[in-house]
Amino acid sequence: MSAVNPSGWRPKQGAAAPGQPSETASGDRGLSLEEPLIFELAAPGDFGAKCGVDFDEPDTDPSPSLARFLRKAPPALPGLTEPETVRHYTRLSRQNYAIDLGPFPLGSCTMKHNPRLNEKMARLPGFADIHPLQPHATVRGAYEAMAQLADWLTRLTGMATVALTPKAGAHGELCGLLCIRAAQVAKGDARSVVLVPESAHGTNPATAAFAGYRVENIPATADGRVDLAALKARLGPDVAGVMITNPNTCGLFEREMKAISDAVHAAGGYVYCDGANFNAIVGKVRPGDLGIDAMHINLHKTFSTPHGGGGPGSGPVVLSAALAPFAPLPFVTRQADGSVRLIEEADAPADHPQTFGRMCAFHGQMGMYTRALTYILSHGADGLRQVAEDAVLNANYVLRSLDDVLDAPFAASGPCMHEALFSDAGLAEGFTTLDIAKGLIDEGFHPMTVYFPLVVHGAMLVEPTETESKAGLDRFIASMRSLAARAKTGDELLKSAPHFAPRRRLDETQAARRPVLAWRGDVAASD
Amino acid sequence: MSRFYTKDHEWIDVDGDTGTVGITDYAQSQLGDITFVELPAAGQAVSKGDGVSVVDSVKAASDVYTPVSGKVAEVNGALESEPELVNADAENKGWLFKVTLADSGELGGLMDRAAYDAYVAEL
Amino acid sequence: MRYLPLTPSDRSAMLATIGAGSLDDLFVDVPAEARLAGLVPGLPLHASEMAVDRHMSALAAKNVDAGSVPFFLGAGAYRHHVPASVDHLIQRGEFLTSYTPYQPEIAQGTLQVLFEFQTQVARLFGTDIANASMYDGSTACWEAVAMAGRVTKRSRAVLCRGLHPHYVATIRTMAQFTGDTVDCRNPRLEPLPDIAGVIDAIDGETSCVVVQYPDILGRVTDLAPIAGAAHAMGALLIVVVTEPVALGMLEAPGNLGADIVVGEGQSLGVGLQFGGPYLGLFGCNEKFVRQMPGRLCGETVDADGKRGFVLTLSTREQHIRREKATSNICTNSGLCALAFSIHMTLLGGEGLARLARLNHARAQAAAARLAQVPGVRVLNETFFNEFTLVLPRDAGAVVEKLAERYVLGGVPLARLYPGVSELGTGLLVTATETTSLEDIEALAIALQEVLA
Repeated sequence: MSAVNPSGWRPKQGAAAPGQPSETASGDRGLSLEEPLIFELAAPGDFGAKCGVDFDEPDTDPSPSLARFLRKAPPALPGLTEPETVRHYTRLSRQNYAIDLGPFPLGSCTMKHNPRLNEKMARLPGFADIHPLQPHATVRGAYEAMAQLADWLTRLTGMATVALTPKAGAHGELCGLLCIRAAQVAKGDARSVVLVPESAHGTNPATAAFAGYRVENIPATADGRVDLAALKARLGPDVAGVMITNPNTCGLFEREMKAISDAVHAAGGYVYCDGANFNAIVGKVRPGDLGIDAMHINLHKTFSTPHGGGGPGSGPVVLSAALAPFAPLPFVTRQADGSVRLIEEADAPADHPQTFGRMCAFHGQMGMYTRALTYILSHGADGLRQVAEDAVLNANYVLRSLDDVLDAPFAASGPCMHEALFSDAGLAEGFTTLDIAKGLIDEGFHPMTVYFPLVVHGAMLVEPTETESKAGLDRFIASMRSLAARAKTGDELLKSAPHFAPRRRLDETQAARRPVLAWRGDVAASD
Repeated sequence: MSRFYTKDHEWIDVDGDTGTVGITDYAQSQLGDITFVELPAAGQAVSKGDGVSVVDSVKAASDVYTPVSGKVAEVNGALESEPELVNADAENKGWLFKVTLADSGELGGLMDRAAYDAYVAEL
Repeated sequence: MRYLPLTPSDRSAMLATIGAGSLDDLFVDVPAEARLAGLVPGLPLHASEMAVDRHMSALAAKNVDAGSVPFFLGAGAYRHHVPASVDHLIQRGEFLTSYTPYQPEIAQGTLQVLFEFQTQVARLFGTDIANASMYDGSTACWEAVAMAGRVTKRSRAVLCRGLHPHYVATIRTMAQFTGDTVDCRNPRLEPLPDIAGVIDAIDGETSCVVVQYPDILGRVTDLAPIAGAAHAMGALLIVVVTEPVALGMLEAPGNLGADIVVGEGQSLGVGLQFGGPYLGLFGCNEKFVRQMPGRLCGETVDADGKRGFVLTLSTREQHIRREKATSNICTNSGLCALAFSIHMTLLGGEGLARLARLNHARAQAAAARLAQVPGVRVLNETFFNEFTLVLPRDAGAVVEKLAERYVLGGVPLARLYPGVSELGTGLLVTATETTSLEDIEALAIALQEVLA
């Protein structure tokens, strides 16, 4: 038998059902294609045999002054020609689920359709092929694009200004907290504690700790919202502020948000809002009207920039007038004459003197700004409002289509916002949320967010987003009803799901106990 | 030698002025497959109730609090390569660290086996 | 609206299922005074694809893109040729529109890419392991400083003079809030980096020494003596690589004593993009793995014994350890890591070495030609693809004049070090494989005219 690749690697195959062929010579099965590592595709011991890029030959030798710094051998990395490279990554891509393939109802993650016009616009050479340190006069269009995005974000949120640079949601949280810290230090009132509800995203307490604060939890009420009385009781001169997610991670709007803000302000603190769930209220509610001082906006959630298998994101932070003077550098402002300025270190002492400083090199995620602006212009004020309405409608439709077969802990407290929360209460003994999630994979869907928020045991958080059609939701609901029935009747096959995915359940214990984080096939061979 | 238990599911064997600390079999069964144990440094001074060790499973990291004050005398180096010892034998070979006791009076507030079993039965 | 599939009759049917009278009934939990009755004022309505394309293209046309003129900027963002297949492959919907691979059974594509990427970065850096990416080089650099603090239980970071000032500023911003102290001074216009000064600054409280390689002025630092001095005092050596192509020629920092190597991966696969999104690279010695920030992908097997990959060691991360996490990072730069990895696969180690030699040759040609311009001096004794010119007058004004002649001539040090008068005549010039000999000639002639 010939090897499928020079290294001889081939996948193991599972046992076949009676009467079915058990094995193929290639290891592949029809369109179920297995793929070795690039290190196994290249010629063993001769990683330099192939290259997918043609070059001019350098016409000079390295400078003699560099001689002592030169590496003894090139990095031991395989090269592949273009056809081999294209095939490798295309074959790998087919082992991924994606929004382009079907619903991706991850609660709190807002996996909506990524419009392709966004991609086209971001690739215009005037955006994609400009350097962040070009003379200002040569990048006026880029500054204008940033300012237009800033205009939209501040108007949609009713806030005074926006710091564009944070590179993702958690970086935006950090930006907001650093603004709060700088504002309090400026008043000679440095504080040490940040209050965070138990239902918060893990990034909230991690960010507060990263920024040097001590984190204390705020309890929730039985209906899944912040306990205002407990919050008020804890406020005091040591509390810098609160971090609240609204709509919260149980999919509920914090009805008393304004009262929370007023109480925090009265105690000398500031209100940070985690804007991960802004998709539920864009065009319907302005956080600025609720007394929020800072809120990050995940452009990769509400404003449709692609998640890309884990980033890049972008987390601009809208700020109240109280925090605006402390926004990080660089800072985009529109002048009275309509022109746009990028305030960097050179101009900060005169024009933005209270800034807390710089959070990253250059100007943030321009490639995400152009995509988000394209999306925003496509929708307009009317379309964005419809986005929130349809996102909330879809979530409530899922909630009411499933709450008779799955436990929905807050279903009685009224409509949900853009995500519907269920729990594993009522499943057969030994059946859990994980089994429902893995069963969804076999049904051809990406699972919902599981075991989050932490305040609900066995949580399942479903966020369909507005870009799912009713027919698509009906298919999802039918699958969920089937899975709920199987989990209630104790269908053991569900416990070993998925059966039809490229891989079955993976051994995460082995991965963590004896971590293998890099390929070392050639090292082992030469030992 | 006598053994005591805490409400945080640690056990301690006391022999003279040395206490050997681990997590209970009940605790390991709740945590699931243990993947890593972060141990204190030998010689480190600890106070009763400090989180001095962390036991990781795939999806959780749990602090282990020392039931007594004193100085860490020894740690169980075998856990570095075999954290699964805590699953297999939590109350013997899966011990975590030994403390030289500063105040044996601190043992007074701990539970004996019968009291701990009753406590677990209530959970 | 072209992105919203619900029809009016769908909405009615769904409201009936829910038992709500109207869409507004679903927002009943929003207090009436906070609910907008109509559209957010002052904003335009939806627009067709054609209209949006026209608007965005008009904005893009106001910029001078690097490919349209002789172009010599670097300083942490480099213009390289990205093979066409890279951009094609990252736009496969299965990569572009997938999420962080938390469900490994249906994310093996992304996970295997991350495993390959981690291996590529570790081998490029000469470290045991690398993570699945950070936001960019500057934030990766701060994360490395923070990690060194956790490892050494010390809080004083010594930064070399040649560390990118944006990286220094990022570290200073964070250090204000964490209580770390930062020892750093501006670079001087000298042919070689100040190694003795860095070594002198290391003391028994030092958690780490941070050295950029090559440095902000393009000079190559001899890492071995700094590594020796740092380790003798119990400090870690962090090496920062803002131009990974340099490692096709220069010895890997991990082989010269670096404990942590971080970098900006933008040069390979990602493109300029006006500064972001970029790609933070993070590699280190395996013994520090539990203190690493960010996601890690590891090899394992599935229930049938088939090889597969998962995100692992997650108990370090914010979604599990919350306020005790090693970092607050969540979303990272997955798609940029994919682009980097594809570009690196097309090159291979040998190809990277050839690319590096070509970059260096173009920079040598540029340095030799520009040194002939009257009044202009090349500062560096060593450089890879970037070097510092010392001009007879303020470089900032010269660059503006060059831009008027449609030559993007480099980064004046004054842009990076505003108000530092002794650096005002410095001009940072970069040449890569995209720089032609005609481009170099155009810069030399324009520079001569502007200085005349």
